[in-house]
Amino acid sequence: MKGLRLLSLLLWLCSVYYVGIYLFVGGFLLVRLEVNRTSTCGDVLQPADELRDFCHARPRFRRAVLLIVDALRIDFTRFDPNNVAPLPFENKLPVLEEMVTFRPSHCRLYPFRADPPTTTMQRIKGFTTGSLPTFVDVGNNFASSAILEDNLIHQFGNAGKRVVFMGDDTWESLFPKRFHRSLPFPSFNVKDLHTVDNGILQHLYTTMVGGDWDVVVAHFLGVDHCGHRFGSDHPAMADKLTQMDGVIRSVIDRVENDTLLVVMGDHGMTDSGDHGGESQKETDAALFLYSPSSLFPPSSQSEPTVVPQTDLVPTLALLLGVPIPYSNLGQVLLPVFPSLGHTDGVGGRLSQLEALWINAKQVNRFLETYSGIAKDIPPESLSHLKDEFSRLSSEYLTAVGGTRTPSPQLAASLQAYLASVRDTCRATWAKFNPLKMAAGLVILAFACLMCFTLSELSHLLIRENVSVLKALLSAALMAGALVAAGQRLTLGYVEVAWCLAAAALSSELIFLWRTLQAGATTAAKNGCKTFKSASWLTPGCLLAPQLLVALLRCASLLSDSYVIAEGRAVTFLVLSLAIYIPIRLNWDGLLSPPSPDPLKAAGLLPSAASPPLVLRKESSTLLTCVGLLVGSLYLSLSFHGCREEQGSCQPSPFLTPLSRLQDNQLKNLHYVLSVSSLGVWTYLLRCCLRHYGNLNSSGGTAFTARWILPMLAVCLGLYWAVSATSEDSFRNLSELISLAQLVLPRSAFFLLGLGLLLIWIDPLTVFVKTRAAATARGASLPRPRYRASTGISPQAELHHLIPQIYQRMRRSLEDGELSEANEVGSRPAVEAYGLGTVYSAPLLLLCGLLGIGLLLLHPEGMALSFLLMLLQMGALLHIHASSTTLCSLHGTQSGGFNVPWIPVVLWSLAATQFFHATGHLPTFPSIQWNAAFVGFPHGHTSNILPASLVTLNTFASHILFAVGCPLLLFWPLVCEARGSRGRVCGEEGEDAVMEMKLRENPQQFSAALLQLSTRYLFILGAQVFASVCAAAILRRHLMVWKVFAPKLMFEASGFLVSSFSLLIGVTLVLRVDGAVGRWFKRLVPDASR
Amino acid sequence: MWDREIRAMASTHAIIAASVFMATVLPAVLVPGFSVYGTHLSWLYSVSGAVVAVSVAVFWLLGVAPPTKRNSLGHKLSRLFRYCLYFFLSCLFFHAVVVLYGAPLIDSALETFSLAVLLTSLTTLRCLCVLGPNVQAWIRVFSRHGAMSVWDTGLQITVACTVVGAWLGAFPIPLDWDRPWQVWPISCSLGSTIGFLTGLAAAPLWIHYHRKQLTYKCK
Repeated sequence: MKGLRLLSLLLWLCSVYYVGIYLFVGGFLLVRLEVNRTSTCGDVLQPADELRDFCHARPRFRRAVLLIVDALRIDFTRFDPNNVAPLPFENKLPVLEEMVTFRPSHCRLYPFRADPPTTTMQRIKGFTTGSLPTFVDVGNNFASSAILEDNLIHQFGNAGKRVVFMGDDTWESLFPKRFHRSLPFPSFNVKDLHTVDNGILQHLYTTMVGGDWDVVVAHFLGVDHCGHRFGSDHPAMADKLTQMDGVIRSVIDRVENDTLLVVMGDHGMTDSGDHGGESQKETDAALFLYSPSSLFPPSSQSEPTVVPQTDLVPTLALLLGVPIPYSNLGQVLLPVFPSLGHTDGVGGRLSQLEALWINAKQVNRFLETYSGIAKDIPPESLSHLKDEFSRLSSEYLTAVGGTRTPSPQLAASLQAYLASVRDTCRATWAKFNPLKMAAGLVILAFACLMCFTLSELSHLLIRENVSVLKALLSAALMAGALVAAGQRLTLGYVEVAWCLAAAALSSELIFLWRTLQAGATTAAKNGCKTFKSASWLTPGCLLAPQLLVALLRCASLLSDSYVIAEGRAVTFLVLSLAIYIPIRLNWDGLLSPPSPDPLKAAGLLPSAASPPLVLRKESSTLLTCVGLLVGSLYLSLSFHGCREEQGSCQPSPFLTPLSRLQDNQLKNLHYVLSVSSLGVWTYLLRCCLRHYGNLNSSGGTAFTARWILPMLAVCLGLYWAVSATSEDSFRNLSELISLAQLVLPRSAFFLLGLGLLLIWIDPLTVFVKTRAAATARGASLPRPRYRASTGISPQAELHHLIPQIYQRMRRSLEDGELSEANEVGSRPAVEAYGLGTVYSAPLLLLCGLLGIGLLLLHPEGMALSFLLMLLQMGALLHIHASSTTLCSLHGTQSGGFNVPWIPVVLWSLAATQFFHATGHLPTFPSIQWNAAFVGFPHGHTSNILPASLVTLNTFASHILFAVGCPLLLFWPLVCEARGSRGRVCGEEGEDAVMEMKLRENPQQFSAALLQLSTRYLFILGAQVFASVCAAAILRRHLMVWKVFAPKLMFEASGFLVSSFSLLIGVTLVLRVDGAVGRWFKRLVPDASR
Repeated sequence: MWDREIRAMASTHAIIAASVFMATVLPAVLVPGFSVYGTHLSWLYSVSGAVVAVSVAVFWLLGVAPPTKRNSLGHKLSRLFRYCLYFFLSCLFFHAVVVLYGAPLIDSALETFSLAVLLTSLTTLRCLCVLGPNVQAWIRVFSRHGAMSVWDTGLQITVACTVVGAWLGAFPIPLDWDRPWQVWPISCSLGSTIGFLTGLAAAPLWIHYHRKQLTYKCK
């Protein structure tokens, strides 16, 4: 068996997938590290000689009113008196234009440009922190959405300003407990146009008159909801805008001299009322600034045509006299500050240049901090910016120090500096890289295609002696090196992503080309046979239910509703495919015994006597297993968690840890249930292993199965008991309890590691009895025939010998059984040795051990779900085995150990199904963080251990199913002996039984293993590809950051974990194969003597 | 012989389809407040009732069902009882299957059961009419070589279409379109009805175009 070759081929396939995922994610997911520092009043932002604490100086304004009208597009606010037939959204806010015309020094109206993604939460984050939000703002706290970065609300609070908030309840989740007074209203129901607005209006005017406030934030949602519901071109929009017009008028009437009024939209909307993307209609909102006292210079000097949304942050901060938030990237809005000539020296009125200087210094400080913790800003632009700032600062300091009027160029170059910093950061954080995304998509698509080709042509490729891999590797290396050299020459630096992309793509193309060639040559050799393999892409084949189900699954990833309901949708698909199996078998007439046919009864078919019995037995097994499968599918639905999008959904009661249950009786019930299912899990595994005689040997694996597995289970049960005890009930034992909480899980980890090590070191579960008495019977054996062929190579000799050994052993054991009256009875003797399940036994044990280990990381109630998982695995394996046996009974299946698509699809979908049924969801808040503290109740020092524990917890079902995947290959052979025992016993000539058949045909074995793994990888890869497509196509969808991007992350990391586990499973099989080979070598001399 | 049987089947199917149509239209005209979405359950029962009545009548008149050996009144009564029993059991079976597919267990049991009744009257009833109360024969009919007459093939096609229609009908339920027909069980019952009608139309056509390949063993 060509183990190494197989493994390296799989490894190469996986790494191609990884490169594709890496490229796409690099272009799609924009990651930024949050800087958790805050600006304080003491920050020396002014030149050193002019130590002035501007918090205590009198600011320009004492109070501010922020009216945020959600989705107030800039053209809603324009007023065109010549427009005689205005659309519903035109000319409905005349107040703004009136004010601008009649009181030009008091107010301004600007287009206000938001950064994508133009969704409300991201926008609020944007115009309070002044930074550019990305999808992953890596902060300290993943689980809650509260803003931890320095922001305006925080600064207002620090400066002692009373912030009163009313409106959209998103603010409440972003700034919990930060407001002096808060009146949130539910924003979830998009159909409700009035609740939020009316709620605000009830309180707005009274609050403003009341005086118990310094900053009022009122966030109106009516316009946005109206857009979502009706679109912008609808009479309801006219009503809503007219209402807003009235609101603004009455607020203007109530604003006093020391108060600044800001009316703004957080983003725009498309004509259909949606937003989230980056089209101009979505990004361009309106910004209206007003003050009863004169605010703007009368002469309209350099007026900005468009104000970026982040610019509001430093402007508001400096106007209200608070420090600019630490991570702000915006620049101050110059017209609201007096230019240097007009500085009248009134305390706190910063001149334009001073404001710009404070701003630039803050931005530079942020840039320095950020480049210290993250490396994603290109170093050359960073150093360029640094040089620019030091030049400007020296220029400014000399200008201020020398009391010389600074040149007007200085202000302009400070502005240019700020703009270039923002552009650099935006290029790093806020822009998709479509080229990388496309490259990732192409590589993934080719990888899927390759998997499919490999799985269809695995026999061909394994047989082929040409070193495909070397060619692939050299091509990849060459392409990568070429691209690296090219980049070095043209750009001056090397971007690893593109080198990897070139390597992956070139090796993929070489592979596909060679495969085509190989296919063509074999087609030339044996005519029509390979044309069968060339016909996979006919529509009839694609519509076959197994691929149809896989296709439906992939298509479902493109719709947010199906992603939200993924758990149920996958269960539905698994159930459909499972029910399809018996229906299909019945359709082929394989399920029920053929009706008494005159032709067959006449004796045309020789083995007419035994099949009906076997067949009835097999079909009843099949139907029972389908029943079991359906039952466990249905029960698994009750372990699901809930997404926040699913309104009326109750998370499973089994998801709460026992320690949080109040009711003692319920706690006991849950505990008993969990422990008994743990016991059943262990018992079932042991039973299975004992049934096939794998517990007899004295090797490491048998030791693991006999001792470590139960001990692990006991450890887990004790740990649950300890962690469930409430702390007050056993006060005097508290030290013991905390010790046990530390020791028990750690010893479980240790046992698990020991078990895995033992399985790896000594995977054989074969027990050989050397029996002297056997010689009496052995004499009657036919003399070994290989003597006749001594001239042939030892390889062939060995090949010939193995059947002899089986026969010998079987005879001898039968002999022994007869004499000792063993209770095993008439079971074929070979089973007792455990040789028949030599491959599957360690794999099964590995799954069992891993299952208990992973269960340790879950809440206790999940033990039931894990038991269901084991049952479902068993049911799937038996269904597969029975249907294979049924097919082979009727002679419809050709030779080889092919695993058809249906069980593979079922197996991979079941992994997703149990991802949900173990309480996981593809969203970040639903990650079970408790897993990181199992065995480490006092926290961690590094990040690697908790991250890996949480990963193991999250992808438990992926790991188990992927490791167990090779079982699909072995199980039909394991069950064969049971199924067709009558025939085997009848025909003594049948030499190899059960998994030894694989040993007999190493070529077919490795081909089948390769086929199975590539098929599994194909299904997984197709799902990743589908979710990548969803993220790429729907990157402007409203739900992209809530549904698709998290789904992509989970799908991609699930693929990573699954493929890795699959490789582990395959490696274990290869390891067993090597061990079996050595074992036979040891036996050869004995037998030949 | 072929032509006659196919024609008989086509006309039978036309009559059944017309009954479905009338069961939708007549109450809509006669009963105030009747609509397919609004009063879905009454529509559902009206369609099932119509299909049951018309199929039983038509197949009885045609005499497709296997002949009975004894014709005493008691035997007839027991046979009728078995028909009813099988009908009810099939309703329970479909109910269980639908629940296993993810329908709520307790909340809308009436709706689920109504769907089961509809599915039974579209599928099982026809089995009862064509094959009699004989589960072995039903299982046998759904195999490649199990059809023994044109009627059996027609049965295969309509039942498969109905079941696939109901299966497809479950697909729009999770979508967030907020349409009236996404409410349980409307989409499934509509899907099965549409599947049934498609099957009714497709069966004679399919048999007609494949009559060369079709060979039946004699009964």
